[in-house]
Parts: sequence; C-alpha cells; structure tokens
Amino acid sequence: MSELDRRRFLKVMLGAGGALIVGLPLRALHAATPPLPLALLGDNWTRLSAFVSIEPNGRTLIGARAPDTGQGVRTSLPRIIADELDADWARVEVLAMPLGVEDDNGKPRWLYGPQHAGGSRNIAEAWQDLRSIGAAARWLLRQAAAQRWNLPAERLGTHAGWVIAPDGRRLDYGELAAAAAQLQLPDAGVAPKPASDYKLIGQPAGDVDARAMVEGRQAFAFDQTWGDGYVAVIARCPYAEGELAHLDDSAARAVAGVEKIIPISVREASGLIGDVPLAPGIAVLARDTWAALKGRTQLALRWRARHGGDASTAALTQQAELLLKGAPTTPVRNDGDFTKAFKAAAHRVEAEYHVPFVAHATMEPMSCMALITSDRAHLIAPTQSPRRALGIVQRLTGLDAGSILIEMPRIGGGYGRRLDDDYIAEAVLLAQAAGKPIKLLWMREDDMTHDVYRPFGVHRLAAGTDRKGRVEAWQHHLASTSRLWHRGVPASQLWTSEMQSDALPAGLVPNFQLGWYALDFPLWRGAWRAPSHDSNTFAIESFLDEIAHATHQDPLKLRLALLGAARQWQVQGVTFDSGRLAAALQRAATEIGWGTRVPAGHGRGLACAFSAGGYCAHAMEVSVQGGKVHFHRAVAVVDVGRVVNPLGVDAQIMGGTLDALSTALKLEITVKDGQVQQQNFPEYPIARMRELPRAVEVIAIASGATPVGAEDLGVPSAAPALANAIFAATGKRLRRMPFAAQLARMG
Amino acid sequence: MAPLPPQVPPAHITPQPRREGIHLQVNGKPYLHAGDPDMPLLWWLRDYLQLTGTKYACGIGDCGACSVLVDGEPVHACLTPMQTLAGRKVTTVEGLALADGSPGALQQAWINEDAILCGYCQAGQLIAAHALLQRHPRPSEADLDTLPNLCRCGSYPRIRKAILRAARARAGKPENPA
Ligand code: FES
Ligand code: FES
Repeated sequence: MSELDRRRFLKVMLGAGGALIVGLPLRALHAATPPLPLALLGDNWTRLSAFVSIEPNGRTLIGARAPDTGQGVRTSLPRIIADELDADWARVEVLAMPLGVEDDNGKPRWLYGPQHAGGSRNIAEAWQDLRSIGAAARWLLRQAAAQRWNLPAERLGTHAGWVIAPDGRRLDYGELAAAAAQLQLPDAGVAPKPASDYKLIGQPAGDVDARAMVEGRQAFAFDQTWGDGYVAVIARCPYAEGELAHLDDSAARAVAGVEKIIPISVREASGLIGDVPLAPGIAVLARDTWAALKGRTQLALRWRARHGGDASTAALTQQAELLLKGAPTTPVRNDGDFTKAFKAAAHRVEAEYHVPFVAHATMEPMSCMALITSDRAHLIAPTQSPRRALGIVQRLTGLDAGSILIEMPRIGGGYGRRLDDDYIAEAVLLAQAAGKPIKLLWMREDDMTHDVYRPFGVHRLAAGTDRKGRVEAWQHHLASTSRLWHRGVPASQLWTSEMQSDALPAGLVPNFQLGWYALDFPLWRGAWRAPSHDSNTFAIESFLDEIAHATHQDPLKLRLALLGAARQWQVQGVTFDSGRLAAALQRAATEIGWGTRVPAGHGRGLACAFSAGGYCAHAMEVSVQGGKVHFHRAVAVVDVGRVVNPLGVDAQIMGGTLDALSTALKLEITVKDGQVQQQNFPEYPIARMRELPRAVEVIAIASGATPVGAEDLGVPSAAPALANAIFAATGKRLRRMPFAAQLARMG
Repeated sequence: MAPLPPQVPPAHITPQPRREGIHLQVNGKPYLHAGDPDMPLLWWLRDYLQLTGTKYACGIGDCGACSVLVDGEPVHACLTPMQTLAGRKVTTVEGLALADGSPGALQQAWINEDAILCGYCQAGQLIAAHALLQRHPRPSEADLDTLPNLCRCGSYPRIRKAILRAARARAGKPENPA
C-alpha cells in the first residue's frame, strides 16, 4: 500500500466529524492491502480504495467482502457502497474479496472489516462502515472534477456515475478516476449522504450473480479444479467419540485412479483444531471423483465407540423427563416469586414441547479446495467464518497470516453449519500429507451424519393468570444438549447458548423463572438458523396460544396486552421496542383477516419473534386433510429497519419461513446405538414444492431505523404460527416437532 | 540460419481408427468417454468436461440437483452411468441458452423473478422446469406442485412465478431450442 493509500484508508475509516467507525481496522495502515482479485478483468483501472476501482470506460468494480451463502450480501453490501458513490448500478461489477489479512508480528491484522456470514449481522455491520467507503470515493471524484473545471466542489452534483456541474456539463467517473486517485481525503473523514438522497438503497435489486447462476457458470468451491490435484473423500467414524478398530485398504488401493489412502487420526488433529475435533477417518485420494468414491466403497473398515456406543435419542428423552423433575442445573432467572404466584393463580396452564436434533443439510455439502506449499497456502473455502479458517490453517501449517490466501466463493447454503471448520482442517491436513492440491468432497451421507446439529431440547412451561387472564407467573424449564458442549466452555456457562435470560416474555411477567437442565449426549452440536430462538420461540409462542385458549382470550389480544404500551429496553444487547413488535403482529393479523370468519375446516394462527435486532410476525391459515397440512395463506410481516434491498428481504423472509415450516413438519435427526440414523434426503425429507405454501406474503414495515439482516428472521415464529393454526383448525395441539407423525395419526 | 525446408503435404492421410469408448453429444458437441463405463454422467460432466453447472447434492436420485436432459427427457445424472449414453444427446444447464448465447426464456424468467437464493439447486430446477413446460406449456398451479426437486433455501414460490412468466413469454415466441 502506498503512503497515499495508507492515509486514505485511515481517513475513510473516520466517519462524519472524525468519529472512528467501528469494525474496520485502523492498524491496517502500515502494510500492503492485497488488491481485489482483478486477474480476469481489464488491467486498466484505478483503485480509489480497497473496495472501489474504476475503469476508464466508467465500469465500476466494487468489492463484496462477506461470503454469500444465499443471504444476498454479494448484492446488498456493494449496493450500499454504490449508493454512497452515486454509481450507475448497471455499470457496477461485483468482485468477491478474499479474506483481507496481513501479518502483524505473528498476529493476523484484518484489512476489510468483518468478513463472516452468520447471525444475520452483515447488513448492520456494513451500515457502520461501508457507507463511508462509498462516500469517500465519491468525494475524491467530485474533487477531481472541481479541479478540472476550476469550480468549488460543493457546487458539483453526482448522479449515476457522473459528476455534474451547475451549467449541465458532465464528466464520467471513468474520466476522473486517475486524477481522483492522486488526491487526499480530508482529515475529518467523509460523512455518508442523508437518507433523502438514497437512490439504490430501498430499491429492489436482483441477485448480481443471477445470470451466471442460470447459465451454470457461477463457480461454487467444488466446481473449481487444481490442475494436478487429487479429489478426496473420507470414510469417517460414525460415532461422535470413536476410533478405528480395523482397516484393510488393499482393495481400495487396487481401484484404477486411486492414488493414496491417508488415515486422519484424531490424536494428530485434536488440540490443533480446537473447537470441533475431526472425526477419525480414512481418506481416499484419487484422480477423479468417481475413482475416489469407488475406492471408498472398497475400504474394509470397522469402527468402535470409545464412549456412548449405546447412546440413543429415545434414552435422551427419558433423561430429559427425569431431570426436569428435579432442580435446574442452572437457575437462569428468577423475578418475583413464581411458586407463590402460580399457586395463587386463578388459571394455571402447563405444557411440554419437544424439539429434536436437526441437521443443516445445506444443499451444497461441505467441501474445500486446499493448496499448501512450504511457504504458502491457498484455500477456496465455502466458510461462514474465514477468520477462524485462517486460524486453523495457521495452526496446521505454521504459516503467517500474510502467506495464506482464503477465497470465499458463493456458498450453497450455510445456516450456521459453516461456522465450524472441520472440513477445512481436513482439506489442509490432506493437502499437506499428499503434497498435492486437494479438492475435498463430503457426500450427502457424510454431511448428514457428521453435522453439528441443532440442539435437542424438552421445554416445560407453566403459567398462572389472574381472573382477568393477565399472565402473573411464568416458568420456562428447558432440558437441552448445549451446543457449547466440548467447546472449552465451563459447565456453569453451557446454558448461555440455550436460553437468553432477557428474552421475551422476560420483563413482562412479574413472577418469572427460567431454568436450564444440562443433558449429556455424544453428538456434536452447533449454531442452526437463529440459534436457540427458533426452538424457544416454538415453545413460548405455542404456550401463549395455549394460555389464551385456556383462559378464553383472543391470542392476538393476549399478546398485545402482554407487550403493553410501546416502550424500549435492552434485550440481547440491542434495543428492543415493544411497539415495533406489536405493530408487526397487528399488521400480520390484519393481513390474514384475524377476527373475520374462517372457512369451514380452516384455522388461523399467529406468532411473533424478536431476533438479531429484527421483528417478525407470522400469520397462517391452514387446514388438515388426510394427515397433511394445506396452506391457504402464509403472511410474514417484518421490521428490519431501513430496507436496503426489498427484493432481498422478501427472498430471505420467504426462504426462512419455508425452511422453518419444512423443518417443523418433517425433519428430525435421531440416534441409535451411538450413530445418526438419517443418511440422505429420503430419511431427512426436506419439503418439496407441493408440501409448502405456494406463496409467502412478505410485508416489510417502512422504517428509517438502522437496518438489520433478514437472513434468519423468518425462521423463529413460523413453526409456532403453524402449530397455532393447526390447533385452530383441528383442536389438536402439536407440541412435538416434527409434526408429521402426529398429523398422520390425525388422518 | 538455413531456411526451413518447404512443407510437403503427405501423399496419403491415414485416418485414425475410431477410438474405443462411448460417443455421445453434450450441448450439441461430440464427445468420447474412454474411461470407466460405470462412471455416472454427473462426475464425467464435472470432472472431465468442466461443465460444473450440474450439481451434486444426494447422489441417489432424490433431490434433482443433478438433473440434465438426455434426448430431451429429464434424468438424474448422478444415477446415469456413462455406458447407457452411447449415441445419446445430453443437455445441461449450460446448454439452455439460445443459439446467440442469450438466456433462454426460462433462464430469463429466473433472472427477472430473482428466483435464486443460494443458487445451488437452481440448475436442476431449470432442467425440471424445462421438462415440465414440455409436458404442460401453460402449467396450472397444480402442475407446478408436481415439480420434484428440493430447494433447501425455500425459493419455491419464486420458481413458480418464474415458470409461469416463461410460459407466458414462450406462448408468444418460438420454442426454446434446448
Ligand atoms: S444429486 Fe442426483 S438426484 Fe440428487
Ligand atoms: S436456492 Fe439454495 S437450495 Fe435452492
């Protein structure tokens, strides 16, 4: 990075009034920034910042820093920059940025700010820093035009890739870029534009990769090839904690095209990898995929469990029931006196809800490309956490951060699975052991049986109301398999991934008690869409419906009364506005025609959730015939603050809703004899077109609030809205996910 | 430096014997597969032709991510061994474009409806939709319900809209050559 670039980078990081912008690294000033990967583009372009380059013909190259797992950030993040830049979107080319990192005396130094995908955080983070990136580039271009015309810059406007003088003269950004690149940014930084000037933000935009996708040209990780590399598949131990008992690989070695058989032993890997130890496995490396797969079938293998060889989810349910009879492992919250208030209550309601393990089952199974030499590592890694992937590569190779290139291609679904990097560690280990570049593929069966699953939980809820039906006492006991199990978290903190002490209705009920019970089970767990919110919202929002029916109240009115007058307080580290949640709920109810006549056999259900700073309410109308749910309507109303891309928010909420419905209806991972029972889609039947609503009516409430991500927001309230609608239609309360078995019995 | 001797064409050109293997067409071009006849079409397309638009997601003929057309009929490439393909015509997602390289009606409808989320299933969805439109040029909602392919992202409603849009576009225009 030149001296000028360094100073410029600093100033871009200073927002309006010189305030430091959170997220982007100031210490990045003292070494070179790797350029955007421009290899395939023309070589005549001018860089205005790490994120923005402009070609003489005006074509504008904007970097997308976060991996796109389908949450649309390769479109939305560059549009935030492009709007501040007043770029012509039709002339914008979006380029994937690799992980921006350099070595700082043995420590990594991040260059481009946050570059992960997960927790629906990308948009909120981009709002903090990327606007200034675009504004700074626009400032430079305007200054360059001012010098060219000898006019004060304040009098110049910008529009769609042009700087425009008061007399109507215009200069294309392409003509100005070279001169602009020589200028220095003001010390005070450049403020983003006022919202009234937004031209792209708030307007619908299709996915920037749509054309490449429909033409089959968009390269996912495993679509790429290393010239002389091997394709690797691994036969893994089926037990969470197990080891190899017997191996004969002679038949596998004899398969034409098989080049190497490499064992991955847990001893070698554990301690190096950290979070999730690798499954012990036998890797088959071959010249092509088919040879590798054939070779794998020829391995004669036996595994044995070190622990938990008899583990089963049936026994786990019993363990939970037994535990729930006693005192919680961790008393999470205690307001007022639940026991007394419950005893004194006019009405008492109790119910138990079951949430199974589920898999991520990303459509693209895990894969990773790894090329490792003595002084360099190059990965093409479909990861949601490239920084952690970098840490793994460093631990395995001893290379400094500056010698490691991590490219993040489009990813065929993440949902939290790719926050764990076991598959990346495998690819690196194999590339090292084989001395050749590796393309590692997980087959669906590998993916299904070696996931980090959404935790299993049994929720027991009890509530007491007064004579008027006001909820005076609330108790939520949860026995679950913490996803922090075996992740270096002390036992006293294992509950933190399972419950939030301040999640609703905390603070709304005077006598309020939360308790968590630790279940012990040998199966790896991880973050799954809207972690813990999805499971807990199912229990809480179903239970509210049960309270309403038990006390002859309208479920909508009960919820609105509980939320009370609009006010704000802190929930999960962000500001929660009860008025915004009530508005979303009210709107969803209005849209579905709540309170109006329902056709015979139909039922309507409502539910709402606050998650990752966003508000969502679902309203569904369903009927049940022949053991199957028929969706007549599905409405989702969200408040995500300012909507950056309406088409994107619509897609995310539609997708989250349908995924949650598919999961609630049909999906479950079970364990018997220490092994996951589901291998592939027939046993883990993600819902098809005919089983889901034909449309999801998504409404985003207009708002000027700081935007938040919509990626997982459509998930938590969809399942309870469905359960509540099924109850309204049939009088049957479904308290155990997945619903399919009970529905079938209802006939 | 001495000048190069003049090039003399050979008096006879002996044609190479036709090579052993499986001859087939992919997206209108002739190819020869000389490797393992058991190799599924999916891996041959991806590893040898670098036609990577066709995806793997289950390998057992359940999800449809690997859908291609063989002589116009949709099949699962993951379950189609190369030995069944001698003399057959395979069309992959890369072959759905119009002759001039512009997107076909379905592809364009997919773009206009922004039907992709992660995009991974969409090549298969396009092939399945193509086959559906051949059976039902003006599909009803119930026809759309028969689409078999999985989408983990929940793009189904937009796929429905895209197919209906393509059907309307095609009603006015000649059939997509693919
Ligand atoms: S990969 Fe062929 S049907 Fe799933
Ligand atoms: S778009 Fe992601 S699986 Fe269909």
